[in-house]
Amino acid sequence: MNPLKTLTAAAVLLLAASGLAQAGAALNAIKERGFIKCGVSDGLPGFSYADEKGNYNGIDVDVCRAVAAAVFGDAGKVKFTPLTAKERLTALQSGEIDVLSRNTTWTSSRDSAQGMNFTGVTYYDGQGFLVNKKLGVKSAKQLDGATVCVQAGTTTELNLSDYFRANKMKLTPISYDKSDESAKSLEAGRCDVLTSDQSQLYAQRIKLAKPDEYVVLPEVISKEPLGPVVRHGDDDWFDIVKWTLFVMVNAEDLGVNSKNVEEMKKSANPDVKRLLGVEGDKGKDFGLANDWMAAVIKQVGNYGEVFERNVGQGSPLKIQRGLNALWSQGGLQYAPPVR
Amino acid sequence: MAEPISTPVKPPFWNNPQVRAILFQAIALVVTVAFGLYVFDNTQTNLRRLGIASGFDFLSSPSGFDVVQSLIPYSPTSSYGRVFWVALLNTLLVSALGIVLATLIGFVIGIARLSKNWLISRLALVYIETFRNIPLLLQIFFWYFAVLRAMPSPRQSLSLGEAVFLNIRGLYLPAPEFQTGFGWVLAAFGLAAALAWLAARWARRRQRATGQQFPILSVSLALLLGLPSLTFWLAGSPLVWQLPELQGFNFRGGWVVIPEMASLLLALTLYTATFIAEIVRAGIQAVSHGQTEASLSLGLNSSLTLRLIILPQALRVIIPPLTNQYLNLTKNSSLAAAIGYPDLVSAFAGTVLNQTGQAIECIAITMTVYLTISLLISLMMNRYNRRVALVER
Repeated sequence: MNPLKTLTAAAVLLLAASGLAQAGAALNAIKERGFIKCGVSDGLPGFSYADEKGNYNGIDVDVCRAVAAAVFGDAGKVKFTPLTAKERLTALQSGEIDVLSRNTTWTSSRDSAQGMNFTGVTYYDGQGFLVNKKLGVKSAKQLDGATVCVQAGTTTELNLSDYFRANKMKLTPISYDKSDESAKSLEAGRCDVLTSDQSQLYAQRIKLAKPDEYVVLPEVISKEPLGPVVRHGDDDWFDIVKWTLFVMVNAEDLGVNSKNVEEMKKSANPDVKRLLGVEGDKGKDFGLANDWMAAVIKQVGNYGEVFERNVGQGSPLKIQRGLNALWSQGGLQYAPPVR
Repeated sequence: MAEPISTPVKPPFWNNPQVRAILFQAIALVVTVAFGLYVFDNTQTNLRRLGIASGFDFLSSPSGFDVVQSLIPYSPTSSYGRVFWVALLNTLLVSALGIVLATLIGFVIGIARLSKNWLISRLALVYIETFRNIPLLLQIFFWYFAVLRAMPSPRQSLSLGEAVFLNIRGLYLPAPEFQTGFGWVLAAFGLAAALAWLAARWARRRQRATGQQFPILSVSLALLLGLPSLTFWLAGSPLVWQLPELQGFNFRGGWVVIPEMASLLLALTLYTATFIAEIVRAGIQAVSHGQTEASLSLGLNSSLTLRLIILPQALRVIIPPLTNQYLNLTKNSSLAAAIGYPDLVSAFAGTVLNQTGQAIECIAITMTVYLTISLLISLMMNRYNRRVALVER
C-alpha cells in the first residue's frame, strides 16, 4: 500500500471513528442530552412532511414523538433531521440520529450486516407503479421497455430490477436521490413510470400538478414492512422504541385512546390497568417513569388514531386500513401483551 | 612554554545536530504510526460492537439493481465490483469528453477574446463572464431541468432523416455494426496514417534543405480519406447502420446519449472552457509583442505568426494552469449525483454504499480512485510541460 493510499484510508477511518466513538450507551446519552434525534424523510405526505410553518407531521413523525413522550414525558422533545434514502442508513450507523423513522423496509441484510435493529412494523406496504393515464397501460406486465424513475439506494430499486428480469422485460431505470426529483421527472415525461411503495405513490400523486391524470397500477410486486430502526448494540434503547410501538397497538386493541385515557385509568380490566401504570411498575423495567405508556397514548394517541390522522380518513390520502388493521379485524397489526 | 591543551569536552549526543534531526523524524514517525493504528483499531472495535460487517468481500456479491448507462456489459446479476467499473468508466467518459471539448472551445474563445474585431471579442467576453461566474451546480440544473426538459415526448421526437432522433429521453443516433471485412478498412486507415506521417517528415526535411513547400495538408487528407474509402468499396461495404426505432414506450437500437449525460457534459464543458479561455488569453498576452512584430516583418502572415511563433511560446505559460482546469473538471464531474447520472459518486459511493451499508470501504475506494485519476492527469501534463518548456543551457 503506498503512503498516499494509507493516508486517505486513515483519514476516512478517523472521520468514521470519531462519529462512532461517542455513540456509547445510547439511552444514557439521550437522557443526558434531553431530546431525541430522529431521522425522517425529505418530504413524504402522510409519513413525514414539514408543513408551511415547519412543523413535521406524519406516521413516522408521530412514532418519534411517542418515543419522546415515553422517555421524557414530553412528545415535543424531538429534533427531526430530514434524510434522503441514500443518506439515511449511514446517518444512523454513524450516530448522527438515535432512531430512523423514515418509511424504511425491514430486510435481512439491514438487520444483520448493516448493523441495525428494526423495532417493528408501523406500516405494511408493497411496491407499486404510478403511470400517466395517457399511456393506456392497465397492468405492470405491459411495461416492457419502459423508462422507470426510482429512488436510489432503496429496496424498491432492487425489486424493480427483479420484477423486470423475472418477467423478461427490458428496463431503463433513472435513479434519483430525492423523491421530488422522481415526481418532477414523471411529470415532464423523462420517465413513463414512477415506482415506489404504494403508500408513497398515493402521497406523491397528490403533490403532482394534475393528480387525476395519473393512476396506480393494480400489481403489488413486493413486501415492504416499514418501521423504525435503531443501531445495533444498545438493547435498552432498542426495547424502548420497540415497546413504544407495541403500546400504541395494544392501546387500540384495548380501546384506549388519547381522549379517554384518564377515564380508562379507572377501568377494571387488568390489561388496561397495567398499560396505564395503575397496577404494577412497568416503568422500572424500562428505566422510565411509571406512567410512560399512558403518556404515549395521551400525547400521541393509539395506533388507529395515528393512522387515521395521517394517512387514513382524516387525511387527504384516504388510505384504507387494509393490512394495517388490527389482527382482530383481519389485518396484521398485532402486539405482544404488556405484563 | 607549552600550555596544556584542554581536551574538548564531547557534547552530549542530544546536542549533535545530526542525531537530533534523525531523532525528531523518528519520533514524528512513531507518533503518526501510533495515531494511525489507534484510529484503525478504534474503528474496527466500534464496527464490531455495532455489528456492521467490514472488509471488501461485498464486492463479489450480486448487485441486484440496474444502471441506466453502461459502457461494458452489465446486468443486475453482475457483482458490486462490476458496478464499480461501470461507474468508473462513466466518470472517465464524461471527464475525457469534457476535457477535449473544453480545450477546443477554450482555445477558440481565448483567441477570439483577443480578436481585433470588436463584435467577436465582445461576444467572447460576455460568454466568459457569464458562464464563469455562475455556480456549476446551477448550470447543471439549468441544462437538465430547464433546457432538456423542454424536449418533446418520444412519440413527437424531432428527427433528422429518420435516423437521428431527439426527445426528452435523449439523443438517439444510428449505431455502426461492423461486418466481416471491416478489418481491412481499419488496416487501410493505419497504412494511410503511416504514409501521411512519412510524407510529412519528408516535406519538413525538404523545406529545411531547399525552402520549397509541399502541400502536405491536402495530401495527408487525401490519403487518410481516400485509401480507407477505396478499401471500404472494394471489401463490399462491410458496415451497416442500426437505426433507432420507436417500439412501445421508447426508441430501441442505436446509440443513445441520455439527457443526464448531455446536461452534465454541457455544463462541465461550457464552465471549464471559460477558465481555459482566460488562461489562453493570458498566455498569448505573456508573449512579448516584439515577437509578433518581428514575425510580421519577416513576412509571415498573421495566422502563421499565431501558429508558429506565438502559440508555442504561449503554451509554456498555458500548460501548468491548464492542468489545474483538467483536474477541476474531473473532480467536478462528481456533481453528476445531483441529476442521476450514474458516475462513481452517484452509483458507487451512493447506491452501492447504501445497498451494502459499507460506508468506510466505499468512500475509501472512491477517494483513492479520484486521487489516482488526478495524479495521473498531473503526471501526463507535467511530461508534456517538460517537452514544451524553455530548454535553458
